[in-house]
Amino acid sequence: MSTATAQKRGFGAVLWDYLTTVDHKKIAHLYLFGGGFFFILGGLEALLIRIQLIKPENDFLSAGLYNEMITMHGTTMIFLAAMPLLLALMNAIMPLQIGARDVAFPFLNALGFWLFMLGGLLLNLSWIMGDAPDSGWTAYTPLATESPGHGLDYYVLGLQISGAGTLMGGINFLATIVTMRAPGMTYMRMPLFTWTTFVTSTLILFAFPALTVGLFLLMFDRMFDSAFFDVTLGGNSIIWQHLFWIFGHPEVYILILPVFGIFSEVFATFSKKRLFGYTAMVFATMLIAFLGFMVWAHHMFTVGLGPVANSIFAVATMAIAVPTGIKIFNWLATMWGGNITVSTAMLYALGFIPSFTIGGMTGVMLASSVADYQYHDSYFVVAHFHYVIVGGTVFGILAGLHYWWPKMFGRVLNETLGKITFWLFFFGFHLTFFIQHFLGLMGMPRRYWVFLKDQDLDLGNLISSLGALLMGVGGILFLINIIYTAAKGEKASADPFDGRTLEWAVSSPPPYYNFKQLPLVRGLDSLWIEKREGNGKLKPAEPLGDVHMPNGSILPFIMSVGFTIAGVGFIYQPDNRTWLLAVFIGMGIALGSMLIRSLKDDHGYYISKEELEKEAD
Amino acid sequence: MKGWMGKIKTLSLLSFLAVVLAGCGKENLTALVPKGYGAETSMDLIILSTAIMTFVFVVVFVVYLIAIIRFRKKKGQEDYIPKQVEGSKKLETVWTIIPIILVLILAVPTVAATFDLADESGKKDGINIDVTGNQYWWHFSYPNEEIQTSQDLYIPTGEKVFLNMKSTDVIHSFWVPSISGKMDVNPENENTMYIEAYEEGVYWGKCAELCGPSHSLMDFKVIAVSPEEYEQWVKDMQSVDPKAEPQDAVAQDGKAAFEENNCMACHAIGSSPAAVGPNLTNFGDRSRIAGFLEPTKENLVKWLQDPESIKPGNKMTGNYPKLSEEESDSIAEYLLQLKPSDITPESAGE
Repeated sequence: MSTATAQKRGFGAVLWDYLTTVDHKKIAHLYLFGGGFFFILGGLEALLIRIQLIKPENDFLSAGLYNEMITMHGTTMIFLAAMPLLLALMNAIMPLQIGARDVAFPFLNALGFWLFMLGGLLLNLSWIMGDAPDSGWTAYTPLATESPGHGLDYYVLGLQISGAGTLMGGINFLATIVTMRAPGMTYMRMPLFTWTTFVTSTLILFAFPALTVGLFLLMFDRMFDSAFFDVTLGGNSIIWQHLFWIFGHPEVYILILPVFGIFSEVFATFSKKRLFGYTAMVFATMLIAFLGFMVWAHHMFTVGLGPVANSIFAVATMAIAVPTGIKIFNWLATMWGGNITVSTAMLYALGFIPSFTIGGMTGVMLASSVADYQYHDSYFVVAHFHYVIVGGTVFGILAGLHYWWPKMFGRVLNETLGKITFWLFFFGFHLTFFIQHFLGLMGMPRRYWVFLKDQDLDLGNLISSLGALLMGVGGILFLINIIYTAAKGEKASADPFDGRTLEWAVSSPPPYYNFKQLPLVRGLDSLWIEKREGNGKLKPAEPLGDVHMPNGSILPFIMSVGFTIAGVGFIYQPDNRTWLLAVFIGMGIALGSMLIRSLKDDHGYYISKEELEKEAD
Repeated sequence: MKGWMGKIKTLSLLSFLAVVLAGCGKENLTALVPKGYGAETSMDLIILSTAIMTFVFVVVFVVYLIAIIRFRKKKGQEDYIPKQVEGSKKLETVWTIIPIILVLILAVPTVAATFDLADESGKKDGINIDVTGNQYWWHFSYPNEEIQTSQDLYIPTGEKVFLNMKSTDVIHSFWVPSISGKMDVNPENENTMYIEAYEEGVYWGKCAELCGPSHSLMDFKVIAVSPEEYEQWVKDMQSVDPKAEPQDAVAQDGKAAFEENNCMACHAIGSSPAAVGPNLTNFGDRSRIAGFLEPTKENLVKWLQDPESIKPGNKMTGNYPKLSEEESDSIAEYLLQLKPSDITPESAGE
């Protein structure tokens, strides 16, 4: 079973390895490729949207297709690109940062990935089958319940399956951080990225069930003639908005908190300084997460909830500005007095500060309920959340990838290409979205398939579309960088950036067992402490001994395939009951795999002490 | 208090004027040039929050620039290890307290404005209009005046007009940016908002909640006229005789074709509250056809021949007999002659 010795293997062997892997580092690769694939897909959808809006009354896309495009762009980017890319970084780095050999439940980790991937593919199958979801990523009822065809059924089942995967990931990370920290790694010595992973996982744990419930109700309304959202039968369509945003607002923080962690690492490393106000940063993260559950109705100011509800949610939302502000200033203070290296990762972090500050500012502006009556569902909102999600999350993911690429793949991404990519992407981003604040206030609502002539909206939209093209070029350049690096990139040392945290104490990429001996952690920034006060190596916390490892398994993949087949069956069974066969077969496969997993004892295997001794440090 | 608020207001008004001149969007569409009470209230908060946030941004940006320029790695200092500062209670308290104060400065007027715009105290004696959202058109009913109309909403200037809004199908959102912020039009409950236009004009209204393929074409107009003209319009609309024969022969044919093809099954002329399709009482006065096309006969004929090509997903397509070119032409002539009032969009300045 030991594959430690590097050897040339055939494609089939590599494929089988990835299909059966339970190693967090390989699952991180899978999340990265899966999320990257959907990111490209979502990006192409975005470009098509911007081409349609490049001039007034354009007929590049038809009205129905345009609605499918915006729906799939939003859904893909949030559920299938941003979140998995963050999960890739969490999977790759978090166990290393706490000095663990893997996550708490490696099998569950693999299952989480395959459910996400196949759920995402199921959702995108709707393109091939002829009708994609068309009610916006928010799928407001009754538009979503009344949407003809199977588009919304794909939305429901695809998100249900991939959402289950995400929920598993969240639970797994929580258990990992609670139980598997290396000796001496107290909570208040955890790196910020681990902290934000922890808090984000909590958010996933509490937010996703609301989505699950909402999706089930929507599924029953669409497939089994229930009437949860049907007004004429005594239902209420506003309930969907509440359920969706009780999930949806924390979801925004699920996307942003991990990158706060990434930037905290990047700022500290490249300023050669300890993170300023570590304790405040930790508690600000928790406070943002906590408040994140109290503010969902600020997406619903215009629904007619009344002045009391609107006021409460307005003030609660504004309160979030305080912990967020603390973070921004603590990052600035981290740079202050430091010795700053402007690497590509740092460049993204530096680009993040003004971009995200604008996104945060417009967030507070949107929180002012009466002002929101104008902003709501206009391009102002589109501009705001792209400033937060692109200027925050995507910049953060790119910073994280440049920073941890050597740790994940053993090679350093090309810095020159990286910097060119950054500038293209940065300018393209601001060009695309800044003007949209004004377009919104000039009377352009969001989700408009066409805008009319003679409404003074032409120039703004043209600029925005040109910016999007520039971002597209940036994206392509990043792909080129990846290919170039894979072929000719410089081999990375264990610690290419003079890092501070535990992941830089192991080789790049780390051996499959991560740590020969679990390290002893003596404080915050444990590697930095050893570099300054010790010999630069972490002291082992245990004598060299046999290492227990989990066995790989194909079951997570088969189980996910089973659920996906059942999903397809559910989608088409209202047309023809024979599709129930697919439901039964799919569920049979999934439940059968569960049975095998439960009944068959799998104790894993041991890497013997002798084998470990043979390996170089 | 009033003094510095006034100063800020003048200053921001001046800077806004500069932006207006540089292009602030189309007049009577843009929210940046408010011409009604709701839009002005929103604008005050937009200006206040922009001012606060610009201040924050400038502070952040200045510190940020200084930090990068001063502390960027210099030649010969590659190995310099800076002091590892843990934090600073004093500084961290400062940047906790100041944002709290800034947020409070914004929160208080926000709450006040929220209650102000939800105030329904004048509703009982004021003008009430029932607004109904449909895929993809708007119906306006004046229950006290017993008037029905669609697409063009007539209101008097300088008066609070209460809109009681409900949808017959999916959720829509009523937005007239120059006059007021938006309010959702839900199928389950009636939402009330009031609007007040300061000056006469034809204001663009838009649907702001995704409602299907033709969401972006669900435009309407608010036509604000002087109170006297409004009175006149109400009288004219009340005295419409739906059965009146048109003057010329083509229009008479049109009326006959209108009846033959059973158009009235959906489209009322007069004060009948039935509204499966838009009410056509003052169709000849409408500022647009289908909400967004120039009110020409060609456009109307095109619509009658093939509405799907103009508004994808509309409910008229396929629900009426195929009309010949001739029939479409005469019906168009008839409809465009439905001009019961002298108070038209032109009276409001279009």
